[in-house]
Amino acid sequence: MSILVNKATKVICQGFTGTQGTFHSQQAIEYGTNMVGGVTPGKGGSQHLGLPVFNTVLEARAKTGCDASIIYVPPIYAMDSIMEAIDAGIEVIVAVTDGVPVQDMARIKKELKYSKSRMIGPNCPGVITPDECKMGIMPGYVHKPGRIGIVSRSGTLSYEAATQTTAVGIGQSTVVGIGGDPVNGSNFVDILELFLADDHTDAIIMIGEIGGTPEIDAAEFLKRSKRKKPVVGFSAGRAAPPGRRMGHAGAIVSGGGESAAEKIEALRSAGIIITPSPAELGSTMLQALGKAAA
Amino acid sequence: MNIHEYQAKQLLRRYGVPVPRGDVAHNPAEAETIAEELDGPVWVVKAQIHAGGRGKAGGVKICRSVKEVVASADKMLGSRLVTHQTGPQGKEVKKVYIEQGSDIARELYVAQLIDRATGGVAVIASTEGGMDIEEVAENHPDKIIRLSLPPATPMRAFQARNIAFQLDLKEREVHKFVRLLMAMNKAFRDLDATLVEINPLVVTKSNRLIALDCKMTFDENALFRHHDVMEMRDVDEMDPLELEASRHDLNYVKLEGDIGCMVNGAGLAMATMDIIQHYGGEPANFMDIAGAATKERVACAFKLIFNDPGVKGILVNVFGGMMRCNSIAEGIVGAAREVGLDRPLVVRLEGTNVELGRKILQESGLPIITATTLSDAAGKIVHAVQGRA
Repeated sequence: MSILVNKATKVICQGFTGTQGTFHSQQAIEYGTNMVGGVTPGKGGSQHLGLPVFNTVLEARAKTGCDASIIYVPPIYAMDSIMEAIDAGIEVIVAVTDGVPVQDMARIKKELKYSKSRMIGPNCPGVITPDECKMGIMPGYVHKPGRIGIVSRSGTLSYEAATQTTAVGIGQSTVVGIGGDPVNGSNFVDILELFLADDHTDAIIMIGEIGGTPEIDAAEFLKRSKRKKPVVGFSAGRAAPPGRRMGHAGAIVSGGGESAAEKIEALRSAGIIITPSPAELGSTMLQALGKAAA
Repeated sequence: MNIHEYQAKQLLRRYGVPVPRGDVAHNPAEAETIAEELDGPVWVVKAQIHAGGRGKAGGVKICRSVKEVVASADKMLGSRLVTHQTGPQGKEVKKVYIEQGSDIARELYVAQLIDRATGGVAVIASTEGGMDIEEVAENHPDKIIRLSLPPATPMRAFQARNIAFQLDLKEREVHKFVRLLMAMNKAFRDLDATLVEINPLVVTKSNRLIALDCKMTFDENALFRHHDVMEMRDVDEMDPLELEASRHDLNYVKLEGDIGCMVNGAGLAMATMDIIQHYGGEPANFMDIAGAATKERVACAFKLIFNDPGVKGILVNVFGGMMRCNSIAEGIVGAAREVGLDRPLVVRLEGTNVELGRKILQESGLPIITATTLSDAAGKIVHAVQGRA
């Protein structure tokens, strides 16, 4: 078991025949992901990477029964592609695209509210359930099946967490990159809820960063939650000066509760074990599990 | 993206937000012409720089004659204004805005910004205008009025009315306020703004409402559909190194330390800065080379960091997902050969095509210190730089 995706998940790719779509779909197929086709308007009826190409998501859904879509389209088309996937009733939508306007995401949030779809991203690496399903751009080989759930705003830091938990031998149930934008499809709370309810996730690593207050919301959620699992946390950006945007559109300290120090304090007060350094995510988790078992 | 006050006023005026009459001057002669066209008896001269806190720093002067306007403009233009937001070196004033003075009865605060939790627009208002709103929020949280609009939904009149009454506006001021707040919301939505702030919004003795100072920032990701806004970008306001970086799609922020960093992914870039500090070093910059960098862009990023005289050593930390390690390695090796490697360089590569990447570094014959983990990399660069000092 895992969250969001597993080996039974039938995945399509929107933007399938583009450079990124091709490269990462190839990698996903090699990883063993159950890819069933792709969508590129105007190229329907052809084959790509040995899979059928469809003109629309609706058609892909009808012909393949797909329940998840990974989106690699340029930012100006991203809103349309995501809306198309929502309209077709795709259950898990992952948008890797970086550079989606905030107000486009606002429109998507409104649509999501009245749909059954769950969206991850944009500006994220995607979701991986090790050895079962890789939806996104993360390097597959650093992951290993196990019982740690990882959720991170930063893509590359989720690779770090995966590498470190693999190195100490505990592995991951599912790794979710929620993305670095100010407004995203799913937030920490949405994913933490899934991990807490998943019987095959024993503990969680949560990686935040400066900007906004989703970490504070997560801390409050974990405090209130009746289900408890060990949570190890890190929040990047201690060394970042306020008022400067640190690459991610969302990573800027502009108001109360948005600095790394404030986030670390809130997480600590909710009983989350804070790692002093991003290089100690794996070892800290190992200690936390040892304590929980003792 | 930031714009100047006078540009924000131009945009808001188009949407029907009342602003004082005024124009921008680049020299004292222009200031004189503008002042003569405006009616007295009071004028205001305002330095146009991308930073707040201008009033306290002497960047806003109230004048009682055209002569005084010219003298103030002359003094401000070409000077360096130091405010709490500019850093100690300040910013050179290249433009001043001359506008008509207002007879102020009350000063209010209104702002609209992205509500990150919902994706909608958050409206903030206060009776305490003309002050630093963060201070008001800290010391008098009861004086902050908040309203969250649902995502992708325009503001309704009743919502604006609710705020108007909480601000204790008089009957004949309420409908003006409602019109103003709705116009502000329309500008926000139409132009893909991330912040529209009016501080102060003044109520005059004759019950008029005027936006006395405005600030607007825009979503960089949406500029492709707002060419008129994009044209308002003032490159003079940007750090030259940061400007050069943005031309190559690199996210670069100059900092005070001496260890240059080149990292892929904003989160990992911040964490790399954090861990350098953790090991007792200080980062010289934030640099995210982003997901899909080519070897040319990697080379360009490397040279940019290398050309910063404050940099005593460089740490490259790349965890390739979308990015392939062989391209990174080729970019680094090419650039390092070109510039002549005279400072320590620590490289940590991990991820897609890592073996190929490591091989390229090894076979280059360059004195590159390789590292395997994040802590290994940070430890090595701090040691190398401090060992030299």
